[in-house]
Amino acid sequence: MFPLCLSNVSVARRGKSVLGPVDLVIDQGGPTMVIGPNGSGKTTLLRVMHGIERISEGTAAWAKPDHANHAYVFQSPVVLRRTVAENLSYPLYLIKYAKPEINTAVEYWIERIGLGKVANRSATRLSGGERQKLAIARALIRDPKVLFLDEPCSNLDGQSTREIETLLLETAAAGTRIIMATHDMAQARRLAADVVFMKSGRIAETGLAPDVFDAPKTSELKAFFKGDILE
Amino acid sequence: MNDISQGLLAALRLIVTFDAELWEISLRSLQVSLTAVIIASAVAMPFGAFLAVQRFKYRRLIISIMNALMGLPPVVVGLIFYILLSRSGPFGVFGLLFTPWAMIIVQIVIITPIIASISHQAMRELWAEYHDLLISLNTSKWQRIKTLIWDGRRNLLTAGLAGFGRAIGEVGAIMIVGGNIEHATRVLTTAIALETGKGDFALALGLGFVLIGLALFVNISIHWLSRTERERRW
Ligand SMILES: Nc1ncnc2c1ncn2[C@@H]1O[C@H](COP(=O)(O)OP(=O)(O)O)[C@@H](O)[C@H]1O
Ligand SMILES: [Mg+2]
Repeated sequence: MFPLCLSNVSVARRGKSVLGPVDLVIDQGGPTMVIGPNGSGKTTLLRVMHGIERISEGTAAWAKPDHANHAYVFQSPVVLRRTVAENLSYPLYLIKYAKPEINTAVEYWIERIGLGKVANRSATRLSGGERQKLAIARALIRDPKVLFLDEPCSNLDGQSTREIETLLLETAAAGTRIIMATHDMAQARRLAADVVFMKSGRIAETGLAPDVFDAPKTSELKAFFKGDILE
Repeated sequence: MNDISQGLLAALRLIVTFDAELWEISLRSLQVSLTAVIIASAVAMPFGAFLAVQRFKYRRLIISIMNALMGLPPVVVGLIFYILLSRSGPFGVFGLLFTPWAMIIVQIVIITPIIASISHQAMRELWAEYHDLLISLNTSKWQRIKTLIWDGRRNLLTAGLAGFGRAIGEVGAIMIVGGNIEHATRVLTTAIALETGKGDFALALGLGFVLIGLALFVNISIHWLSRTERERRW
């Protein structure tokens, strides 16, 4: 299905441009970290790549489109008003997996994210970290080839953040292509193989993680790393 | 005062002795209103979910009409269906006038907008919560509606109970199309109107207690449902 080619993509909301124009090619590899200040268009870019954002100009196309092989974890996790186990089974139930297969997968993932004890409790009563882990497991249960995550660790404590990062690194090692937005530079350094730096709705710089972190080319990225407020 | 206390006593006697007439009328009330609620819900609930999920050209207009229909005066609904169902009317051949089915039909017409409107409201909130995930998971329209209905089932039951409360307490429309015929179309509200007119306060009050009991039951259920809704225990 790779590569994904964005060419000259723009997104406008209510007549105002919120993204673009951007050009980007996503091929195998990763994890890719999308970094940049708030409002720079990270979320919009991920949504465009996932195909759930209306593009006003340009094209975003996978070499072989296969939406069923994507998964997306939203910034504030969407939790179904069901039990933890039913949240996990939902994506498989949608594509009509057989009951025994669903149960096996649910049991595996529920143990993997450490929610075995609350399997039959309503997911709406989970803590923020547990919700996010549930959302990630629910995204991974269909074994996607591409996983998008939008700031999955914002507002989470260190323990949950570490668990999620471990899970993501294992997932990447198992061959899932991870593309993730984060505002946490330390996290970006820990996870990134390559980096997309966004500013004011544009891609200001891209590159391999060591290059980008150790020798940023653009003045914007230098200022961003220094901690300057970017407008 | 004496009238009332005597009436109360007599009413209680009727209730505790399972008076045949009281029993028959109460049961018919339940039959008519429950049937109306079930049929109205089967239409109104999926419709409410559909309105929440689907954007189309006249959606806003339809929602406005639905909300306006909630204010439809029952007596006028009764009058219209009297004309439609009477022997010379367009549906006269079915011979439904002055049968329980006529009462069920007018109750359906009265409560469908209410159930649809409350359902739509609940489904819209849920859809706002679920929208991104369900789009991301590439769900079909029908899967979305099914998911909303299932996960919003407590709210939908509340909508159904609100419809039931309205139906069981309604008197104007069913009086007109049912005719309040003994052993045929007499229900709690129409019987109370009749017995009060005749001055038989005992039976009227007894029927009134049953009606209040049913209304209380509905309200307590709604209250209990909204509590379990918050706790999400089922
Ligand atoms: N629903 C919306 N309506 C209008 N503008 C929006 C909306 N959501 C985001 N924006 C604007 O789009 C731009 C990019 O937002 P976003 O992609 O969410 O950035 P980031 O994820 O980097 O914070 C911002 O300028 C933001 O103000
Ligand atoms: Mg964002």
